[in-house]
Amino acid sequence: MHPASSVIFFTTASGAGFGIMSWLCVAILMGHYTLTPHTIVMGVIGLVLAGAGLLSSTLHLGNPQRAWRAVSQWRTSWLSREGILAVLTCLNFAGILALYLTSGVVLPWMAGSCLVLSLLTIIATAMIYAQIKPVPRWHTKLTVLCYLGFSTSTGMAVIASVSPTRYHVYLAFGGLVLAWVFKLLWWQRASRTSLSHDGSTTATATGLTGFSSVKLFEKPHMTQNYLMTEMVFEIGRKHAARLRQIALLAGGLLPFICLGLAIMTGQTAGFVMLSCVMHLIGVGVERWLFFAEAEHVVALYYGKS
Amino acid sequence: MTMLPPEPTKKLGLVIDLDICVGCHACAVNCKEWNTGGYGNALSDQDAYGSEPSGAWLNRIHSFEAVPMDAQGTPQPSDARIVHFPKSCLHCDDAPCVTVCPTGASYKRAEDGIVLVNEDHCIGCGLCAWSCAYGAREMDRASGVMKKCTLCVDRIYNENLPVEDREPACVKSCPANARHFGDLADPSSDVSVMVASRGGFDLMPEQGNKPVNKYLPPRTKTSRCASQTRDDEVPDLVSLAQNNQSTGILGWLDRTLDAIS
Ligand code: SF4
Ligand code: SF4
Ligand code: SF4
Repeated sequence: MHPASSVIFFTTASGAGFGIMSWLCVAILMGHYTLTPHTIVMGVIGLVLAGAGLLSSTLHLGNPQRAWRAVSQWRTSWLSREGILAVLTCLNFAGILALYLTSGVVLPWMAGSCLVLSLLTIIATAMIYAQIKPVPRWHTKLTVLCYLGFSTSTGMAVIASVSPTRYHVYLAFGGLVLAWVFKLLWWQRASRTSLSHDGSTTATATGLTGFSSVKLFEKPHMTQNYLMTEMVFEIGRKHAARLRQIALLAGGLLPFICLGLAIMTGQTAGFVMLSCVMHLIGVGVERWLFFAEAEHVVALYYGKS
Repeated sequence: MTMLPPEPTKKLGLVIDLDICVGCHACAVNCKEWNTGGYGNALSDQDAYGSEPSGAWLNRIHSFEAVPMDAQGTPQPSDARIVHFPKSCLHCDDAPCVTVCPTGASYKRAEDGIVLVNEDHCIGCGLCAWSCAYGAREMDRASGVMKKCTLCVDRIYNENLPVEDREPACVKSCPANARHFGDLADPSSDVSVMVASRGGFDLMPEQGNKPVNKYLPPRTKTSRCASQTRDDEVPDLVSLAQNNQSTGILGWLDRTLDAIS
């Protein structure tokens, strides 16, 4: 699938934004602290990231001026649900901040509903991809776990950078490990999930199942078309392997070491900030690969087997 | 409204005969021609006269090489054949392209099962094209909306056209009569009879979309054309030509002239 930069930025940034909001709501619910100037800064960062991500996601639309129509089909469409949930989460969270800033009150039920909405938003984003049966590598519950994992890990990475307490660093460390466990499982499944995972082959695609072999002889036309640039995106195997290493190194291993050093040396601030930046870059690369490595069965009509 | 309607009692669709299609692309060209002036925005092209032309088409013809096998499953590469394969929207019963649409632009009609896009509501997110296993939807790069086969809804019910023209442009233009249009929910319709008698099939049934359009398989070649006879039994064309089997008045004339000369 074509890795559109607006969508990569959207899923990474708004993922982190909703991760931050989720964690802050958890903190409020656990009564660990009421809002402080620090947490307000975090909250604003969360809102800005989520908002920027959502805005960027409209950039790849053919007719962004009608984007408001996308809230209408929540009964069947995950994209519609995602839009509604994202807006509701942001409103709910902004409400928590506004109430606190104006009257100094924090209502736990508001944090509760915001937490639920925020997690549902992340799940809805993931389901946009996980529901696509013609892309076998996306079509798994692991996709949802990966999105939840990276949202919470990047969210906590940002929180820990703003407020590098020991408690936050531990959580960031745990979140990082968990997110990468999900992703490694996803990669492992992806490596054994071929285009024919659900039984689709060039033979079933054309119905020429009674033959010993069927292969594309001529494409419909000599040049590219929308289907080919959008869904038959080709990435070299070597290229992909190297990018996976970069994603794992920048997004996982180096932040892991940084956070480990932060915990051991007590020199938290610098290390935590560095780990957050690297983690975000690594997740961006991971997201690029999420698209680039995903094969769509329509490729069977264009000579893939 | 992107909820699928209850199963329509009428399912209009196409039946495409892979035995007959000659791969001339006439249906694709006529489809483009009709639909660029018909339903919704024009079907745009990009770099149309340049070196990398591309554009939105609702019907495309792929060609495949198929190698048959004998009863034991041994491939018969010298009998390989070309199968021309036209592909347009299959107007699926369980159309995922409809349910994923966030705006309600994509819908399936309850009255005849046709799957359409309301271009005034489409935001061009492309999700429906991702969800279609068959690659039947293409984004129009100029208008930023999704394009797909309309089953020529603006022809088949068009009372301004003579009755004989009220069928899809691609069906009308096929010079080989490889495309047929009708109601596939009615077991007595021509198309349903054709599907039943020729063993018509669904594309990628494993994807679970329940397509309405059906394809008819290429017929097996007769043994005269098969390679094992071709090598040792090359038909003697000269004696075939001299073989005087003609009957009727021409045959009599032929024999008489032969006798005279
Ligand atoms: S062929 Fe594709 S576009 Fe047409 S109804 Fe089926 S899923 Fe939708
Ligand atoms: S591209 Fe248009 S028709 Fe397709 S899912 Fe998006 S809004 Fe719906
Ligand atoms: S039915 Fe009409 S729109 Fe569909 S492929 Fe045929 S000519 Fe094109």
